[in-house]
Amino acid sequence: MPFRIPTTAGQQFSLPWIKYSKIDNPSTGWGVALRMFFEIAFFRSLFRNTKADILNGRLYVGSNKWLWIGALAFHYCFLIILVRHLRFFVGETPWCISLIDSIDSFWQIGLPMLYMTDIIIAAALLYLLGRRIFNPQVKYISLPSDYFPLFLILGIVATGILMRYFAKVDITSIKELTLGLVYLNPIVPKGLGSLFYIHLFLVSVLFAYFPFSKLMHMGGVFLSPTRNLANNNRMKRHVNPWDYPVKHRHYEEYENEFREKMKKAGIPVEKE
Amino acid sequence: MYDGWKIILGLIVFVIIVTLPFTMSIGKPYVQPKPSIDTPEIQKMEKKQCIEPKQYMREMHIKILYSWKDYATREGKRVYVASDGKQYDVSLQNTCMKCHSNKEKFCDECHNYVNVKPYCWDCHIEPKVGGVK
Amino acid sequence: MAGLPKPEELISKVNLKKMPSKKWMDTLPVEFKPGFYCYGAKGKNLEYVEFPNARDWSPTDPDWKLPEDWKKIVIEGIKQRLERFRTFHVFMDICVRCGACADKCHFFIGTGDPKNMPVLRAELLRSVYRKYFTVGGKLFGRNGGARDLDLDVLKELWYYFYQCTECRRCSLFCPYGIDTAEITIIGRELMNLLGLNTDWISGPVANCYRTGNHLGIEPHTMKSTLEFMCNDIEEITGIKIEPPINRKGAEILFVTPSGDLFADPGIYNAMGYMMLFHEIGLDYTWSTFASEGGNFGFFTSLEMAKRLHTKIYEEAKRLKVKWILGGECGHMWRVWHQYHNTWYGPVDFLEEPVSPITGTKFENAKSNKIVHISEFTADLIRHGVLKFDKSRNDNLIVTFHDSCNTSRGMGLFEEPRYIIKNVCNHFYDMPDETIREQTFCCGGGSGLNAGEIMELRMRGGFPRANAVRYVREKFGVNMLANICAIDRATLPPLMDYWVPGVRVTGVTELVANAMIMKGEKERTMNLRMEPLPGKEEQ
Repeated sequence: MPFRIPTTAGQQFSLPWIKYSKIDNPSTGWGVALRMFFEIAFFRSLFRNTKADILNGRLYVGSNKWLWIGALAFHYCFLIILVRHLRFFVGETPWCISLIDSIDSFWQIGLPMLYMTDIIIAAALLYLLGRRIFNPQVKYISLPSDYFPLFLILGIVATGILMRYFAKVDITSIKELTLGLVYLNPIVPKGLGSLFYIHLFLVSVLFAYFPFSKLMHMGGVFLSPTRNLANNNRMKRHVNPWDYPVKHRHYEEYENEFREKMKKAGIPVEKE
Repeated sequence: MYDGWKIILGLIVFVIIVTLPFTMSIGKPYVQPKPSIDTPEIQKMEKKQCIEPKQYMREMHIKILYSWKDYATREGKRVYVASDGKQYDVSLQNTCMKCHSNKEKFCDECHNYVNVKPYCWDCHIEPKVGGVK
Repeated sequence: MAGLPKPEELISKVNLKKMPSKKWMDTLPVEFKPGFYCYGAKGKNLEYVEFPNARDWSPTDPDWKLPEDWKKIVIEGIKQRLERFRTFHVFMDICVRCGACADKCHFFIGTGDPKNMPVLRAELLRSVYRKYFTVGGKLFGRNGGARDLDLDVLKELWYYFYQCTECRRCSLFCPYGIDTAEITIIGRELMNLLGLNTDWISGPVANCYRTGNHLGIEPHTMKSTLEFMCNDIEEITGIKIEPPINRKGAEILFVTPSGDLFADPGIYNAMGYMMLFHEIGLDYTWSTFASEGGNFGFFTSLEMAKRLHTKIYEEAKRLKVKWILGGECGHMWRVWHQYHNTWYGPVDFLEEPVSPITGTKFENAKSNKIVHISEFTADLIRHGVLKFDKSRNDNLIVTFHDSCNTSRGMGLFEEPRYIIKNVCNHFYDMPDETIREQTFCCGGGSGLNAGEIMELRMRGGFPRANAVRYVREKFGVNMLANICAIDRATLPPLMDYWVPGVRVTGVTELVANAMIMKGEKERTMNLRMEPLPGKEEQ
């Protein structure tokens, strides 16, 4: 258990006539829920991002939303694409999935219709990869385990896009295979191209890699004590289960050491 | 403070969402699509073969149809030469649907299965049930 | 500043875009640059608070005189903290190295040293964590971002955990809320398991344990200091104040950092407190034992912080006060606000704080019974209890420096601004990216206000100074107000170096200057005994 150490990002709740930041500095559970919602759904913290530069001995700090846009675009596209794939995993596609599908292909470009998310996720991924390669700071901090998931997901996206728009595959057979898995009655239809199996393999690698890697930030973001705790420590006592008593100096020892000096100076003492 | 229950609740929600494809299928019969080629026109054929081989058609019919649209409406090209040299009229209504007159039992069978909604019938007249007579 | 290059030269060599050609794991051993590291702790100071491996030691010694099984101690220490702190465990695992924190750190901006990027500072420890605690780190080693713990790594950890002021600016921008301060705190705890502390921190800690305050002010000295201040107050205002000390049965115990009892400009703030309390007739007392609100133990280990802070509630109990009022301090408030109630609570021997003057209930402090002086004063002003002659501060063009701890560990933004606007006619905020929750550190927090690291402090304080320079050029700002004792100690040299002509003040000093006291003589001097505007002739 951590201590209650929220990072406060706005005016605290204090005097009644001072307007306080209910979301950025929540003092209640509901405020925290909203803060977490904005954090997870809109990447609130990243939205604040700034960029610092030193020019002619002066520091300039300016707004910088690119990373926020790139990250948000990537994550939402990934989510939509994942949800869209549900049509391969359930017998009858629910209407909401069909709706997402038709919104995603709203522009009705080409046949099969172009999904906006396919373009955006590819662009976002290339941007995220690009920053790792060309931004000197990010390049310096990057580990192989930062590039790996990027390339992995790029591979998944690339094979997916190839299958849909270029080298066509027989999706009816694919669904027979996936549904066979869902019904725990696996079948391997004939005539499925290698592209599909590469796609499937990469996705499996991603899922297997997920729990042991930084991708666990998906779960971790919910657990971050600087965000998911209310700033109400002075209002409500936060108990720490492993807290233990510590040795500290008692007033008695203090007075014993300084009694004569205190008496001389006219400072009241416990024992004369 | 012990907030463990929140984490467990979150995990349960997560597991429910992830297993949705499985749980949604419970109790629903597994229906495999069986596109039917049982139409009078196909029955008449000696060699039951579409304009291209079957596997190619399964994967590529969408591309062929999309290019046919451009041939017919933009380029005025009305003849399709198949890989085996045979010539076909570039026409959805008169070539494809002539044989596959059973849209519901042929086209829709797979399209519904994988939740594909082609917009052919936004422009073309949708064949009546039982096929074009 | 002796030994430092001119300001332009200092910063002109910093290039945030240019990274070393060597990968960071290959840059060992780390070079201990003079001006960047504090002197090592003295054995006697560690011994006094019973810390392990107490001995005289210097960071530049090749032999750090470590216990034989030091590696095991560190690994065990990490293990124990992983179990205790969800923060630590989560922060070790979920960083994606997006780099959003990189240029948020004042030390990175001021030094250009990539290991001062918060992400890399954390990676220094994270790499060790991976090696000993994760499957990926064990399997892939270096490719998985893991490395062995050896003496060079330990030295690197020490060097960089004492180049972080725990200001938490990075944690504001991190999409996962990873808090480098938390990692630094734990990193420093690990160092303290091996007796690797700095003189500047361990000295005050030992002092604080013995005398109740960092400066080692003994009770009689504290009394005479307060009396000296009261003599000055009498000279300035004609009003004689008797400071109440260790008085049982007072309604309120007042605790402030001992920095306010010692050096300019903190002492003017202490004078301000006493003038304010006198004017409103507050029934309060100082304590010579709880004579320190600040807590250098917090820069050592959480346990040490708790050992030092406990005396404040103990004193409140002994003196039978109703509640506690806290002076202007940064990390003192972080500890009081975020930790103290957890450590010491439930604080059921005190009463829920109510202002005896206005009757305002301080709802936000109803559990730990500690009210911030800015909350208290803002409430007084709001109720029209105090009368001001703002023109006494007319020679001041004021800006406000939000202290890291009260900003990102509390959210105290409006109260001090409300006070300043009510006592000064000229107030201008610095640019948005440098104030409130985005405020830049003074460069000397978390025990890094030692004289021997002046270069590091001037570099780390550069972003703050740069923003002050901006408002100085634009509005002619000449006074930098704040509510933190460390600020009052670190900002004056920072201003002298980067923005000469800007002075530093506590908020309460401004209040006391402008406050019209009942029965005061016509004032001609401010608390610094400088002529008031319009009174220069006399």
